[in-house]
Amino acid sequence: MDLGNLASLRLFLPELLLIAGVLTIIVLDLLLAGGSLLGELSLIITACALLLVAEAPHAAGDWLFNRMLVDDGFGFFFRVLIILSAIVALWMSIGSDEVKVCEQGEYYAILLAATVAMILMAESNNLLMAYLALELVSLTSYVLTGILRDNRRSQEAALKYLIYGGVASGMMIYGMSWIFGLAGSLDFSVINRALFMTRDAPALAIFIAVVLILSGMGYKIASVPFHMWAPDVYEGAPIPITTFLAIGSKAAGFALLTRFFYPAISHLTASGRWQALSNVDWPQLLVVVCAITMTLGNLAALQQDNLKRMLAYSSIAQAGYALLGFVLLSNDGVRAMLVYLFAYYLMDAGAFVVVMIVANATGREDIGAYRGLAARGGVWPAIALTVFLLSLTGIPATVGFIGKFYVFAAAIRQQFYILAVIGILNSVVSLYYYMRPVKAMFLEAPEPDAAPFTAEMWNYGLMGALTIATIGFGLYPPPVLDFAERSLRFFSGQS
Amino acid sequence: MPAGLTLNHFVILSLALFLLGSICVLTRRNAIGILLGIELILNAANINYVAFAFFNPAAHYDGQVFAIFVIMLAAAEAVIGLAIVLAIYNHLRTIDVAANETLKG
Repeated sequence: MDLGNLASLRLFLPELLLIAGVLTIIVLDLLLAGGSLLGELSLIITACALLLVAEAPHAAGDWLFNRMLVDDGFGFFFRVLIILSAIVALWMSIGSDEVKVCEQGEYYAILLAATVAMILMAESNNLLMAYLALELVSLTSYVLTGILRDNRRSQEAALKYLIYGGVASGMMIYGMSWIFGLAGSLDFSVINRALFMTRDAPALAIFIAVVLILSGMGYKIASVPFHMWAPDVYEGAPIPITTFLAIGSKAAGFALLTRFFYPAISHLTASGRWQALSNVDWPQLLVVVCAITMTLGNLAALQQDNLKRMLAYSSIAQAGYALLGFVLLSNDGVRAMLVYLFAYYLMDAGAFVVVMIVANATGREDIGAYRGLAARGGVWPAIALTVFLLSLTGIPATVGFIGKFYVFAAAIRQQFYILAVIGILNSVVSLYYYMRPVKAMFLEAPEPDAAPFTAEMWNYGLMGALTIATIGFGLYPPPVLDFAERSLRFFSGQS
Repeated sequence: MPAGLTLNHFVILSLALFLLGSICVLTRRNAIGILLGIELILNAANINYVAFAFFNPAAHYDGQVFAIFVIMLAAAEAVIGLAIVLAIYNHLRTIDVAANETLKG
């Protein structure tokens, strides 16, 4: 249904709650000195938003706010995934030593605002809304990256993020302006009708516009060639923010990418396959992007000694695996992508939690801090990190295997054999660098001046939950598969 | 509107502005210079939106509203951008983006 402004509010409650949370935190920060407990408050607000999302009625789909946003199964998946990412980021922020020194009110208000923006990105049904949401995510992420005002690395990362982000989103809206000129509308479903109805639409102009738009969205998911910011930003930002960018921002990017490339400029045929515009061969382009993204991410990760930087390159490679599902142009592929994104959320968040626990205890992020971790009293973090890294590699009995299995199986069913082989070879290469920290933790002797290892229960709680989920969903995947299956519904007005 | 001015003129003007902005972004090493280049790219898009809206009565408001939002967001981005540049200047005493890189590899 096409809902007006007031009728939409009922379906917009989780976002409204988060927006109220942003304002509450700003006011409380002014009233209370020191800003203690603001993190706990944001965590409670976000958890309530998750409950509201779960309680929301499941209609076939609705347009909200006069077709600015769309509420459908696909949006539901990303609402849940993004709010779960925010919960992890907030939980880590409370337990992180880095965050304790910055302005608490600013930090948590901006983090919640970024969460709302990511949800809006995943739900947008209009080029203007997509641009506004993407830009709001970017602006909040720049500030969060540079929030450590006395840390030079953090400032340098924020500047690089700003420059790459500004250029990418500038190119994106220039491309959108061409689409607007060609289709005469900003609404995704009207664009779709206009592009498919027009005889001899200028294919080259559409292709260039699509490539320009891809730059803005590709920058959010850190795919080649818009990945250059990722290692520097991931290394410079405080660890909870790195995690939030790696899981939340990337998920939102994939959501918008799928919304634009599937329902807006492709057509679902009766046989259940998506059909791209004739003569606009963006799937072929994305196949190449996907292969290079996987390979480059993995090869660059081989030489990294800083765990945060290594995970940054690894997350570029992981985006490549998820893209593998995306380029197949079929519902099967999108389902595999959703499963992969959920798996990626669990294992990447987990790995960053352990990096944060070690950084809290030692103040270091390089591989030297991990030498002999098990012998120094950090057996549990060492075991958990091993589980997450095995899962990122895709070893059976972890959720990462389920994700990779579905992605590669979908690629083989659609006869993308070369891409599947490249993906599998990449997984083998990645085993080398994922196992280096494991070897350091269990087999190497601690450095002579290493202090005994201590950590707080708060962080262990999150680490344990993510470890159990990584193994649990790896052994019993049906809940994840059902969730992805049910989310595979795009609302375009026909049903 | 002067006679003889067609949509093509506007599209070519905006394309020229877009290319100039891109060249500015690629060649400048000064952070403020790069931000100026980004501003040129955004305004190239704005010319397109307003021109397409003018020549297509069905989408009259969509394009103009988009242009207004772009102007507003460009201002917001400039505020945050300059704040970050200022913070960098306080640390490094330079805003040359290639100078004193510590994040590499």
